[in-house]
Amino acid sequence: MSNVDLSVKVGTLTFRNPVLLASGTVGYGSEMSELIDLNKIGGIVTKSLSLKPRKGNPPQRIVETPSGMLNAIGLTNVGVEVFLKEKIPFLKKFDVPLICNIAASSVEEYVECTKILTEEETIKAFEINVSCPNVKEGGLQFGNDVSAVGKITEKVKAVTDKPVIIKLSPNVSYISEFAKVVKKEGGDAVSAINTLVGTSFDIFTRKPKIKNITGGLSGPAIKPVALAKVLEISMSVGIPIIGIGGIMNWKDVVEFMIAGASAIQLGTVNFIDPAAAEKIISSLEQYCIKNKIEKLSSLTASYNL
Amino acid sequence: MFVIDATVEKSIELDNQIYLLKIHSPQIAETIRPGQFLNIRVSDSYYPLLRRPFSVCDVEDDFFYLMFNIYGEGTKILANKRFGDVIDVLGPLGNGFNYNGDYDTAIIVAGGLGAAPFPFLIKKLPQDKNVYSFIGGRTFKDVIIHGMKNILTATDDGSLGYKGTVVDLLKVNLPMLNSSRIKIFGCGPNAMLRSLKEFCIDNNLDCEVSTESAMACGFGICQGCPIESVDNPDKFLLVCKDGPVFNVKDVII
Repeated sequence: MSNVDLSVKVGTLTFRNPVLLASGTVGYGSEMSELIDLNKIGGIVTKSLSLKPRKGNPPQRIVETPSGMLNAIGLTNVGVEVFLKEKIPFLKKFDVPLICNIAASSVEEYVECTKILTEEETIKAFEINVSCPNVKEGGLQFGNDVSAVGKITEKVKAVTDKPVIIKLSPNVSYISEFAKVVKKEGGDAVSAINTLVGTSFDIFTRKPKIKNITGGLSGPAIKPVALAKVLEISMSVGIPIIGIGGIMNWKDVVEFMIAGASAIQLGTVNFIDPAAAEKIISSLEQYCIKNKIEKLSSLTASYNL
Repeated sequence: MFVIDATVEKSIELDNQIYLLKIHSPQIAETIRPGQFLNIRVSDSYYPLLRRPFSVCDVEDDFFYLMFNIYGEGTKILANKRFGDVIDVLGPLGNGFNYNGDYDTAIIVAGGLGAAPFPFLIKKLPQDKNVYSFIGGRTFKDVIIHGMKNILTATDDGSLGYKGTVVDLLKVNLPMLNSSRIKIFGCGPNAMLRSLKEFCIDNNLDCEVSTESAMACGFGICQGCPIESVDNPDKFLLVCKDGPVFNVKDVII
């Protein structure tokens, strides 16, 4: 055992390490639990939940792009009721903080979902998805609108005592404006970034490879964009940041923390190497030992510009 | 389901740029069933980034075989693997064929690379089952007979065997098989599977097909591989987890 302290704080939330698994890349935990020890992970963010089950978009939903992938899943999910009845009992077995991601088509639906889910003690915080690029209603319609993001933050905060994290879209000119309004309306943290809108064509049929025409770009291709957005927020808004975007290894984690992230989420890498989180956590510990860093959290916003 | 490093034994090039990769992994060889698949990471680099799904073509002692053609970056890299190269394998994934059951004649219907999962299935079929393999392709170059038994072939251009589709060939020959306890196992392009489904439903034949989809994870978390369900129009099934093998009655292809 080393004396390195890997724990981090995001507002009032404490995680045993900064490595969380991003919404939509860990399902509701059951499949992933066959491949990694969830008790070692910093936290889990569930697949986006809506009030009613959502079927999602027709195929093709996924296409690979250089160093990345486009997805247009369309927020397929079991809905709040089934989640509480069928998914929570399994997740209760693990000693891992559970953050519930909520996606909705209206302010009222965000509020209603939060009201119901906040009663469940296993859920430690909410991540509000105002930035899904793949659904017609909600999603980016909110994510591109500063006042809508402010209103959602305010209304959701009013119905829960648990921390509320707003997941921001990178498809805006100034992401810091959105982080500012989240802070002003009482939001506890922001997650940055959701996917970037992208597309890809079949040059023979001239059709988009994704049925939804556009999808959300993720993977290492977006890491520099994500880092710049995290830095922008960090330099201008005093709000805790959970960094997301193309993290593949422990070095990427360190980079995000230096740029301003208090914790991070792994997304696309979970599809490629489901054990990535465990490997990254142990490598982060080695990095701290070698560089005589006692508290990993001291890296946050330690940039030297 | 587990992630494991497996070691390439050899790469074999069949006719017409079809490759067989023989890979050593006692764990996979012991646990995989016909029709299941593996999600394979062909390199550590970020291009290609995602794993590639392959059905297991055959199993022999501590080895398993993959069958593929060079289609893109991933298969190009895979085709160049040599003895001693290590590949990262996630599996076994998916459900596999239900080949035990009350029938006496197994009919394989394969189009092009849809032949891939059948050598293993044929090997595993109970001894008391008869097997006929109906193999189709656009031209003779696309007809893959490796590991098949009692073969009948069809090509769109008539360059080998029956001129027409493999499903047409099946229609013509079915009466001569002289059995009423038939089970059909199909794999191939969607157009072939659709026509096979229609034929089987019209003739009340039991038929399972192995389907294909773009996917990222291969085990149900990315939700990238939906397939329309007949029973529940409000919910997609997933090719990776609920399939890749489905009874034709259960899915809209």
